[in-house]
Amino acid sequence: MAVVVKDCSYVLIHIPSFVRYGSKPFRDIYLNSIPNEQLLAKIYQHTRSYDEAAGYPPNQVFIGNLHPDELNNIKQPWYENPVSPPERKGLFGEILPEDEFYAWIKIADDFDLVWLTPEFTDKIREITLKRPFLVNEDIQKLGTGVSPDKIMSKIEDGSALPLYFGGLIIGSLRRDHDADDSLKAHVLMENLLAKASGAFAMYHLFRRSGITSDKIDFILNCSEEAVGDRYNRGGGSLSKAIGEMCHCVNASGHDIKAFCAAPIHAIIDAASLVSAGVFERVVVVGGGCLAKIGMKYTGHLKHNMPILEDVLGGFAFLIEKDDGLSPVIRLDCVGKHAIGAASSQQEIMTSLVLKPLNKIDAKMLDIDKYATEMHNPEVTLPAGSGNTPLTNYKIMASLAVLQKEIDKGQMNTFVKEKGMPGFSPTQGHIPAAVPFLGHAIEAMKRGEIRNTMFVAKGSLFLGRMSQLSDGMSFLLEKNHSNRQ
Amino acid sequence: MIKGKNIIIVGERDGVPGPAIAACVMAAGGNIVFMTTECFV
Repeated sequence: MAVVVKDCSYVLIHIPSFVRYGSKPFRDIYLNSIPNEQLLAKIYQHTRSYDEAAGYPPNQVFIGNLHPDELNNIKQPWYENPVSPPERKGLFGEILPEDEFYAWIKIADDFDLVWLTPEFTDKIREITLKRPFLVNEDIQKLGTGVSPDKIMSKIEDGSALPLYFGGLIIGSLRRDHDADDSLKAHVLMENLLAKASGAFAMYHLFRRSGITSDKIDFILNCSEEAVGDRYNRGGGSLSKAIGEMCHCVNASGHDIKAFCAAPIHAIIDAASLVSAGVFERVVVVGGGCLAKIGMKYTGHLKHNMPILEDVLGGFAFLIEKDDGLSPVIRLDCVGKHAIGAASSQQEIMTSLVLKPLNKIDAKMLDIDKYATEMHNPEVTLPAGSGNTPLTNYKIMASLAVLQKEIDKGQMNTFVKEKGMPGFSPTQGHIPAAVPFLGHAIEAMKRGEIRNTMFVAKGSLFLGRMSQLSDGMSFLLEKNHSNRQ
Repeated sequence: MIKGKNIIIVGERDGVPGPAIAACVMAAGGNIVFMTTECFV
């Protein structure tokens, strides 16, 4: 049975007050156990306003208001050439401001971990009531707030981390065990933010597709988090937690773990479940990664530029059986980086690009677009981390030369025509090729492209259990019925 | 140049990974004392 990507959503959440809680800033700020106030002040001086983050061209690409190729026509640095006026809403989703996101965090909290002051609770309740998605039953979970004295007492005794908005403490997030590293406040914060942002993406998916939450059979979460306790670190399942928050009463689910490549694994798994007839309708969802907020901040401070890693990313994809219209996932053209395969880039790309194409007797030039890790180079280059998408496109172009499909002199044309500039926030799993999926669906609908190959890699060796890396790929193709 | 030398290898995921460098070093007769691969994204 053919399987399609029926719809998609993409969201960003601007969280400047949480830059201090990203893994790298947090480690640096608390290096000597006492907070480094000087560094904190410097970090806040370099955070962006909501309008600055919303108007940032790569963020507008992410939510679907600009095509990735349009970045080639915008002068860099992009943060000095914003889209004006900054659009909150996009074709695929929206960019959520921080105060509104606090309502989502509080509503995601089923264990009274998050305390917000009465004043701030009233403020976010008022805003949330005017917004779509959350219903009265959800909004009641905001409660009436907790007194500032009680909040400060929890923070001062070391059992909770302060929550900030506009530089002021507006609440706290507490640990749920005094000696369990999996339930300490910082870990629970990461997990809650992944849950809340994943739910926000899923609500957008339901609105775009017109489907109701009760029609979802199964959910595959591919976020970067480790929900669990001391006896089962990373046990999961954020899938069901997100599904519960989105009232998917008929769904179950589980989490897919494959480092940054997890979204590709999850989409292939979802398509396989639908193709096999196990489930009719599967959602793949990815919430944001707090740990990677401010990851490259030292490079940004060094170059006196804004800290660009101030947004959580989120996406959701609806995978169903063939509807005769939506783009088809070619399950006969799936690439994998096998355990026994060599680790050089040439071998990895051969496994992920050439081998699956060989299965369907296709050439590299038969593919109209390749989506690879779509990290925004403006984030990574100032930190000396290279231009990840460009490197990958050059490797693909080299493979095309080795295959004698193009001459060496045509490599730059290959990179420009088959590739695109990176535009995704550096949120690990979020840039993993799939940020282009929405654009690919739209371009196929418009008849501009016939297909796209999605290729992502994962750094398994970071977990210190294997020197192996990972990668998966799949081909998305314009629906044959539609083409007829 | 490498034969008999002690070598520390730091590879990069999107560049040349550690095991690929290690294979070359071993072929050239080097002694690998430490090998890692880093991911910068």
